[in-house]
Amino acid sequence: MAHAAVRSEVNITVNDKLVRVTAGTTVASALLNLGISSFRHSVSGEPRAPLCGMGVCFECRVTIDSRAHQRSCLVPVAEGMKVVTASDA
Amino acid sequence: MTPHVSADAEIVVVDVAVIGAGPGGIAAATCAAERGQRVVVVDRGLNAGGQIWRHVSGGHIPRVAERWIARFDRSGAKWIGGASVVDAHCAASGFVLLVDASARAISIQASSIILATGARELFIPFEGWTLPGVMGIGGAQALLKSGASFAGKRVVIAGSGPLMLPVAAAMSRAGARLVLVAEQASRSAVVRFAATLWKTPSILAQAAQYRVRFLSASYSTGTWVSAAHGFGRLDSVTVTDGRRARRELADFLCTGYGLVPNVELARLLGCDTREGAIVVDARQRTTVARVLAVGEATGIGGAPLAITEGEIAGMTVGRESNLPPALARRRAVLKTAARRMLDAFAPRVELRSLPKAHTIVCRCEDVSYEAVRDAACARQAKLYTRAGMGPCQGRTCMPGLEFLLAWQPDTVRSPLEPTPVSVLSSDVAESGTPTYSINTSAGEACQ
Repeated sequence: MAHAAVRSEVNITVNDKLVRVTAGTTVASALLNLGISSFRHSVSGEPRAPLCGMGVCFECRVTIDSRAHQRSCLVPVAEGMKVVTASDA
Repeated sequence: MTPHVSADAEIVVVDVAVIGAGPGGIAAATCAAERGQRVVVVDRGLNAGGQIWRHVSGGHIPRVAERWIARFDRSGAKWIGGASVVDAHCAASGFVLLVDASARAISIQASSIILATGARELFIPFEGWTLPGVMGIGGAQALLKSGASFAGKRVVIAGSGPLMLPVAAAMSRAGARLVLVAEQASRSAVVRFAATLWKTPSILAQAAQYRVRFLSASYSTGTWVSAAHGFGRLDSVTVTDGRRARRELADFLCTGYGLVPNVELARLLGCDTREGAIVVDARQRTTVARVLAVGEATGIGGAPLAITEGEIAGMTVGRESNLPPALARRRAVLKTAARRMLDAFAPRVELRSLPKAHTIVCRCEDVSYEAVRDAACARQAKLYTRAGMGPCQGRTCMPGLEFLLAWQPDTVRSPLEPTPVSVLSSDVAESGTPTYSINTSAGEACQ
């Protein structure tokens, strides 16, 4: 893995900002790599981020291409994808 | 033989449906298909391999995984990835499974089912565990494998079980600053367990290799994290050995106390479980006729055991009358090793006092510990507080609460996970027998 060949990148939009991320990663990993810590807000308003990494806990839910509540740990990034997270502000 | 797939690909008719494509599911599907059975495999992941053999396309996987996945690809088994079974029942023609494949409904009709649903992590709630930056140990491994970078980050790994070693090794290989690896089990329990490993030298060699990779971090036994701190995200953790507590700075905390078998689908089908695992016989048959189960769902035991059980299940549905004795022997040896592992890494009693009154236990519905701790059972807690009623359906909080409060697991209902209306209202979902009543009779109907 450490010696992987040149990794290609894709362009995605995260909260209306265009960013380049490594192809083949999941949306959850791409968001973590961008330094995003709040993926969603819980029912009482707490920031939340991935816990299980495998689609069980539903903590990493974000909006992907206008579909709300997508588990970002299960979805690979794709060119032109639009991701909306809970705002950190 | 190729499975029959209807023109619009919404109804799949097979001999065997394998649920889960980790090592056990792949071995079972392969061995069944190689014996002429029409097989379909359903998995939540986009690639076969499950969590342990998880990989990005073209990424590195162990050689044994490569061999099995190549053999699986050649076997003729049909693959449905990115999909979850949300309902199951027994009809006159056999089993009917409703599958949510990215909001598209697929109905699988199968004569036999092999459950290879694997396991998830056991989380025990503690103050601050909902902060961003706190993740599972397996969760961290999954994120690493799916491209997350932890380079330069301060990482604490605290919990229990052998999974901590490969994750620590992977973290240090990925350039993380490993602050501490804290095993809650006592030093004597870990040493006793390690001493039994000479019987399975491959595991011993692997463990030694992992240890070398993160020598720079301190490895402590009899130590656990009692609280996580930070504003909006993790900045530090409190580490304790039960007598003295100290604070460590951390960007990420990876925590988990071993694994919990995924038995929801098995219980929906009416299969008996014992100690949280599906009960199976020597041929991997559950207590429901024509439902088999393999791997972690039948008891935590690791990938080699799951493969062995998968081979046995594949031979059973493939009508192989005699099992190779070597296979049965390997199963027995690995099961004994698994038992020793579970005993050595059983969560200590002090962990029962981890959650405080206001600690959130159910992360989906933000229910505090004090709201549920006086409930008589899981059902009562659900009805009064909504704990376990959110999107994860209690998969995250209930095993921890069962440990903390000695609750028995509640009954299982369909749909097994949040399912789009497009799937529930599809023709294939509605053509079956009623699915949204409590499904307790499935088992009896199939006897």
